[in-house]
Amino acid sequence: MTMFKSLEELHNRLVKKEISCVELTRSFIDHIDSVDSQVKAFLTVTADSALIKAAEVDKKIAGGESLGPLEGLPMAMKDNMCTEGIPTTCGSRILENFNPPYDAAVTERLKAAGAVLLGKLNMDEFAMGSSTENSGYHPTANPWDLESVPGGSSGGSAACVAAREVPFALGSDTGGSIRQPAAFCGVVGLKPTYGAVSRYGLVAFASSLDQIGPLTTNVRDNALVLNAIAGHDPKDSTSVPFVKPDYTQFLENNVKGLKIGIPDEYFASGLNSDVAEVIQKAIRTFESLGAEIERCSLPHTEFAMPAYYIIAPAECSSNLARYDGVRYGYRAEADDMIEMFKKTREKGFGQEVKRRIMLGTYALSSGYYDAYYLKAQKVRTLIKQDFDRAFEKYDVLLSPTAPTTAYKIGEKSDPLAMYMGDVYTIPVNLAGLPAISVPAGFVDGMPVGMQLISKHFEEGTLYKAAYAFEQNTAYHHQAPALLKEVR
Amino acid sequence: MSFIDKYEMVCGVETHVEMATKTKIFCGCSTEFGGEQNTHVCPVCLGLPGVLPVLNKEVVNLAIKAGLALNCEIAEFSKFDRKNYFYPDLTKNYQTSQYDLPICKNGWLDVMVNETNKRIGITRAHMEEDAGKLVHNGETIMTSSSSGVDYNRTGVPLLEIVSEPDMRSIDEVLAYLEQLVQIMDYAGISDCKLEQGSVRFDINVSLRLKGTEPFGTRTETKNLNSFSSVRRCLEYETDRQAEALDDGEKIIQETRTWDEGRGMTLSLRSKEEAHDYRYFPEPDLMPLVIDRDWVEGIRASLPELPAAKKARLQSRGLSEYDAGVITASKAMAVFFDQALAKIDDAKLLANWVMGDLSGLLKTNGRSFEDSPVSPEQLAGMLTLIKKGDISGKIGKNVLEEIYNTGKDPETIIKEKGLVQISDEGELEIIVGGILAANEKSVADYQAGKESALGFLVGQVMKATKGQANPGLVNKLLKEKLVQ
Repeated sequence: MTMFKSLEELHNRLVKKEISCVELTRSFIDHIDSVDSQVKAFLTVTADSALIKAAEVDKKIAGGESLGPLEGLPMAMKDNMCTEGIPTTCGSRILENFNPPYDAAVTERLKAAGAVLLGKLNMDEFAMGSSTENSGYHPTANPWDLESVPGGSSGGSAACVAAREVPFALGSDTGGSIRQPAAFCGVVGLKPTYGAVSRYGLVAFASSLDQIGPLTTNVRDNALVLNAIAGHDPKDSTSVPFVKPDYTQFLENNVKGLKIGIPDEYFASGLNSDVAEVIQKAIRTFESLGAEIERCSLPHTEFAMPAYYIIAPAECSSNLARYDGVRYGYRAEADDMIEMFKKTREKGFGQEVKRRIMLGTYALSSGYYDAYYLKAQKVRTLIKQDFDRAFEKYDVLLSPTAPTTAYKIGEKSDPLAMYMGDVYTIPVNLAGLPAISVPAGFVDGMPVGMQLISKHFEEGTLYKAAYAFEQNTAYHHQAPALLKEVR
Repeated sequence: MSFIDKYEMVCGVETHVEMATKTKIFCGCSTEFGGEQNTHVCPVCLGLPGVLPVLNKEVVNLAIKAGLALNCEIAEFSKFDRKNYFYPDLTKNYQTSQYDLPICKNGWLDVMVNETNKRIGITRAHMEEDAGKLVHNGETIMTSSSSGVDYNRTGVPLLEIVSEPDMRSIDEVLAYLEQLVQIMDYAGISDCKLEQGSVRFDINVSLRLKGTEPFGTRTETKNLNSFSSVRRCLEYETDRQAEALDDGEKIIQETRTWDEGRGMTLSLRSKEEAHDYRYFPEPDLMPLVIDRDWVEGIRASLPELPAAKKARLQSRGLSEYDAGVITASKAMAVFFDQALAKIDDAKLLANWVMGDLSGLLKTNGRSFEDSPVSPEQLAGMLTLIKKGDISGKIGKNVLEEIYNTGKDPETIIKEKGLVQISDEGELEIIVGGILAANEKSVADYQAGKESALGFLVGQVMKATKGQANPGLVNKLLKEKLVQ
């Protein structure tokens, strides 16, 4: 079962009763049991409740009821999405043993769609990081090379899909946290338009940038999952009331006349030459399929990174103020109240989280607000305008997802060096745009991701382009060696 | 030289008004006061990880309404901001409030102080969420071994109304606050139950030498919730500041708290410890774009406010004092207006509303809101008096009867046979009988003893169980006694 082709295939096998949902679920649980000790993608495995849910689906099948496209299919969620009664730690010690009393909107929607939750996935603490080494629990390994990072912060989500521990997973993307690990792990990861998927129940890192999206092994699966989770939610004021299309309708193998812009700034210094070559080849593939390729410019790109590292920490310093050990999660022992707060935060938060809280607190403090936060918001507007101008001419922008392939665990100890890994993904979050990372080739056996960006709510265009590319290349058929060993 | 001669106070007030919505500002929980602890709560108002606020539109409606009642400009573009600070009864450790773009600004209120009109500026009014309530398990916060938090109040919508430092005397402050509360009550912004904390005042006060321009250093005393506390606090604080200034001390800009028991203000924190709130736009809420039709719709729905109502009642013949008493309470004013629609005698009505009915309600611990006597019933009874069907004295009994039984005045009069005897022929016979039976009094009167008349009237009333028309009795007696 671990070498399933698609969600559709799994769905058909259930419908045709070639396999029961309990059997299907158990086979994935078994696979998790055999590989996750190496990949370490999961923080919590919910085998028991999954099997109960699977049995319910089997009853439906036996009763002759029709199944929705995701019904009875296993999946897992990044551990920053609330699941009622199931630990939701955000990869942080400070939320150890936190069992939310409510479901996130995406959890509700996937439940309603009948998907079977197999567990919660590892992540950089509070989604701060690009390698999943900053988890408060343990690092996750890249299934393509267990000594390399899977990327982050949705490293658990990308790695578990790459290792076929589940056919699909949800991640969250604040500055590239779905796309970059998708690229590192050779899977498809979509960061939807800000406002397309409800953030209700997503534990906030940087509220104006966070967005939930699907990670899958192929483009069609991705569209199917987005179908289930996108749409207006009255519980999220930033969720946009828009007419949600059936995203699978865009999957036609045809990009003739599609206008693709290649931003110069995304191919400047810092880009690994082997990765650049893979992306150039991908561009030629599009060209051969009849897309119109043109170089373009997003002139304010260089300011995106500094603006992001003001805005995201500023929002996080406020969002994380509630974790004080009083009402839930971890509490440190201390003689008095203030000491308890201090020790809880000192021990409960990791280095990267503390660093960003300090940065954000500083950036918002009186006397510095204008110089930092306000200026960063102005830069954000300029970056949006860059994209607006580009999309007057192009349907899609194409770039590498990350400047390198996955690096070794422990290799990047300088946080600034790590931040540079998100240089191509961050501008997209600042502008609130949708973007997808699809497997585009390999360098030294490690996957390379290609990023496609489109206008707000044009996820369909992304799927169209990504699908055509996928249908004319074979990268997504390759699986990590780890799986061959397991088999 | 006394303080009054030497110094002038400069005072501005921040008023927190709990708005009268059924649900909280960012979630659907009840705002009802006094529920069992932590029963009106949900993940959103508890600030659990992952939750998001959704703005209650009714809060915006009320804020706009309040702004219009306070002569404010209503912003076309407004937004919410996060005010970051550590506060034990605010779960998120930031308050969602409004910073640089409040929904209302630049308003004013006219108040009468010592028969002169004084205009007090309103700097701004903005929306925010209330915090929870600390429950100390001990006598005081210092001696309690532990403290709990009741989050029922967390997320109750507040309107913070900030005045200009325009007030120069305690009387002005109180006149401003009383009128402000009255307006909030009339316009239905708040239930204005001060004793339940639904209106709280922060008092900023400083002194300056009379005749000088620059403001002195001010202190802010937080969370007063009665007019009498405000008065006592201002008396204490101005005396304290005056003494300090007289002694050549510097006033420290600080936040103080009012100790009701000891009748004094105490220092809470100084400016040096002042918080840096690190305001920034609330990313979880969209900016508020308020179109003019929305505002005009609310303006059209504004009820008559106290000042206008008072003027109208005066034009109907009430004295300034009576009109003032009646409009001071919204419930009384509403009752009055409803009765006035049924009986065109404002003066008579005012006497009964302010007198007998108020008295009855007060004795029974009730208010005009839940008066067992309806405005229609009172008006009906007064109409009977005016027609001469019953006397004023009987009216008092009838009112009590209405109060106790809820029956209409006509029914009561019929059942109890209380209709006034105004038939001259019938009364003449009774009067004749009384005169015959009281020859001594007749003689006394005829000898010039005026008080004998009163006795005779009393006898007639007694004989008729009070139903005789007193005017007619007087007239008939006098006629007969002269004969």
